[in-house]
Amino acid sequence: MSAADTSPVNASPGPVLELVDVRKSFGPIEVLHGVDFALRPGEVHALIGENGAGKSTIMKILGGFLAPSSGEVRLDGRPAPYASGAQAEAAGVVVIHQEFNLAPDLTVTENVWLGRELGRVFLDHRAMREGTRKLLDELDSRIDPDARIRDLPVSDRQMVEIAKALSRNARVLIMDEPSAVLTHREVEVLFRQIDRLRAQGVALLYTSHRLEEVTRLADRVTVLRDGAVVRRAMRGELTEDGMATAMVGRDLEDIYPARRHEAGELALEVRSFSVPPLVHGVSFTLRRGEVLGISGLVGSGRTELAEGLVGLRAASGEIRRNGAPVRIASVREAAAQGMAYLTEDRKERGLLLDKNLRENLTLSTLPRFGSPFISAAREEAALTRAIGDFDIRAPRRDMAVGNLSGGNQQKLLLAKTLLSDPEIVIIDEPTRGIDVGTRSQIYAFIDRLAREGRSVIVISSDMPEILGLSDRVLVMRQGAIAGELAGERISETDVVRLVMGTSEERADV
Amino acid sequence: MSDTALSRPAGASRLPALSALGPLLALILLVILGAVLNDNFLSAGNITNVLARSAFIGMIAVGMTFVITSGGLDLSVGSMAAFIAGVMILAMNALLPSMGVGVPLILVGMAIALAVGLLAGLANGLLVTRAGIEPFIVTLGTMGIFRSLVTWLADGGTISLDFAVRQLYRPVYYSGLFGVAWPILVFAAVAVAGQVAMRHTRFGRYCEAIGSNDKVARYSAVGVEGVRLMTYVLLGLLVGLATIMYVPRLGSASGSTGMLWELEAIAAVIIGGTALKGGHGRVWGTVVGVLILSLIDNILNLADLVSPYLNGAIQGVIIVLAVVLQRGKSSSA
Repeated sequence: MSAADTSPVNASPGPVLELVDVRKSFGPIEVLHGVDFALRPGEVHALIGENGAGKSTIMKILGGFLAPSSGEVRLDGRPAPYASGAQAEAAGVVVIHQEFNLAPDLTVTENVWLGRELGRVFLDHRAMREGTRKLLDELDSRIDPDARIRDLPVSDRQMVEIAKALSRNARVLIMDEPSAVLTHREVEVLFRQIDRLRAQGVALLYTSHRLEEVTRLADRVTVLRDGAVVRRAMRGELTEDGMATAMVGRDLEDIYPARRHEAGELALEVRSFSVPPLVHGVSFTLRRGEVLGISGLVGSGRTELAEGLVGLRAASGEIRRNGAPVRIASVREAAAQGMAYLTEDRKERGLLLDKNLRENLTLSTLPRFGSPFISAAREEAALTRAIGDFDIRAPRRDMAVGNLSGGNQQKLLLAKTLLSDPEIVIIDEPTRGIDVGTRSQIYAFIDRLAREGRSVIVISSDMPEILGLSDRVLVMRQGAIAGELAGERISETDVVRLVMGTSEERADV
Repeated sequence: MSDTALSRPAGASRLPALSALGPLLALILLVILGAVLNDNFLSAGNITNVLARSAFIGMIAVGMTFVITSGGLDLSVGSMAAFIAGVMILAMNALLPSMGVGVPLILVGMAIALAVGLLAGLANGLLVTRAGIEPFIVTLGTMGIFRSLVTWLADGGTISLDFAVRQLYRPVYYSGLFGVAWPILVFAAVAVAGQVAMRHTRFGRYCEAIGSNDKVARYSAVGVEGVRLMTYVLLGLLVGLATIMYVPRLGSASGSTGMLWELEAIAAVIIGGTALKGGHGRVWGTVVGVLILSLIDNILNLADLVSPYLNGAIQGVIIVLAVVLQRGKSSSA
């Protein structure tokens, strides 16, 4: 936790990896306009910017996955000798992608050595396992080398990625939003590893939408906007506000909406609700016009609770809607009760990435668009309205939504979920991996829903988000409600205390 | 369609992209090739012959398009057709003494064929959706079961329809309306209905959504298992319908009836541009695929260019080629 030993290196050594006046065009569109960017050994360099600012393009060029249209990539001052991701790895430049590059059915050891297995004719299992254990020990991690990736929590998978990078003697480590999928506590573990790597002289590139992480970690910050560098700063030169302003290009008022204090009558009562095997005996109430935040570690049962409520998982217990008991066994029945759930996993559960905007928008409310024949004109009209209401920015209406930016995907998903005009909306991780500008838009949508008299449940691992949005906060721990905070009692320390459990030093994740 | 700005995107998605026209171009080339090679090729007799032979596989392939689009597969359709034919003929022969030769007997036979097809499709569908077994495994199993049952029913030989009934039933294959044979008319109706169902109804949209990502479909309030079940039932019904049109042609069924139909149907679907992994279905493409396969067969028989024995090899090349060509346009929806 201490940052004392991680101050920037006084005499900055020369860069290991460098971009010099790099431009990149896709077709006629130039997305990077002459970017200079350097990574130095023993330094964490944060690259921040809104979605679409060009961060991923820079990372792909650094990692050898893309070639610049003009300009130069230099490794140790010479033109980089690689033309592919694999060659870059061999040269010590390793990228940890947001979607991990691990084979889920192989074990930790098998993944770490994938492509460079030890042994001549037969595999030397023992040497590989020992090597893996040593790498994991170095990282202070107690992951079983024989565990299958599929069975590991996301944070452990990240650790395996790091171990894999280290085993490749990475001199440059490029991390694409590593904290996006981690909880508070897991992020701390990640930071310790980053500090350790920095001390070992590794050059690190770190991206995150959470600016407090940048403040905590980065020795150097580069802010990108619209494909160009708009600000460079050393540690301490830029406040979080300053970073956000530089990213957006205008002053951001407080991104959270003003508080409302007008909860209406009871909309939902949940009593001793259980979603086996994880969630047991959860009871809570929800009023109209209220935003209820649910906090907790990943694995504490937040998502399972929500999925149980809307009939996506088998559950038991009592649900009352407007005072009357109801049974909900499917998403359709939940919709009939005016309840909608927006998943945390927009790419795998929320949207059909290879379908266009229209088909995605109307999928869950298709019966409203004509029977037996679907009226394409009505669908198009609904899309036009959604694009306007939710400020969805798409170059073409008939493009596959997989090609939209994350923020626009999320806005489309929100539009899709709200198309059924639900009275109760459960939003799981509303802004995961989304830039500041879009985030404040989404917060405004959530606020508007509450002001319209709907009830909103926001599940989030992002502490400021929970604190900034909620009228009331439920904290879940190990499948049960650990506590409830309302009004003035909602504070970061109180929430964290409940999340972690007061009596336990060591939480089982 | 008063608002042109709004109707444009809808129109754009209905108009196939240039790459989607590949199978159609191939079909046109084959027709030209056939016409050049043999004067008889474009005669009414030959065209009727080709289309009527395509009809059985065609109806099944239309049903198969929905199964594959929703991420499933059915290997059992050929055996199922043989089994349905066997049961249908046995039932009609058995009912003959009590009902006598007449239209009612044939109608009962048709109803039985559809019922058996429905039940067989239901069996496949329930095993896939309720028991949660891979479609490949389920239908590999039922393929063997149906084939073996019909062989057993025929006692290793042939089940033949009573001669008098056959004479009455014959026109269903050999006759037609306004000079177009019945199988062709029925196939055309099935194809049009299939195309409309795929493009303009919830069922078609849900099939594509499930094949594209069944989790997303489930989270979007789509009754995933119900739709999947429906695709197998629909396919079973269409196999029944195809059998109804097929039985009057030969008037018999045996252990080798409908041999390899499943592969031809699947091949037609794939050639037509439906992705084998599901998510995007194109019924008109399937029809084109069926026609391509039968034209190759027909041209080889008419022209002495290549031995007809190489028919299978040429079809195989076409299938692989179709998939290779499709790969380039995987990103366009």
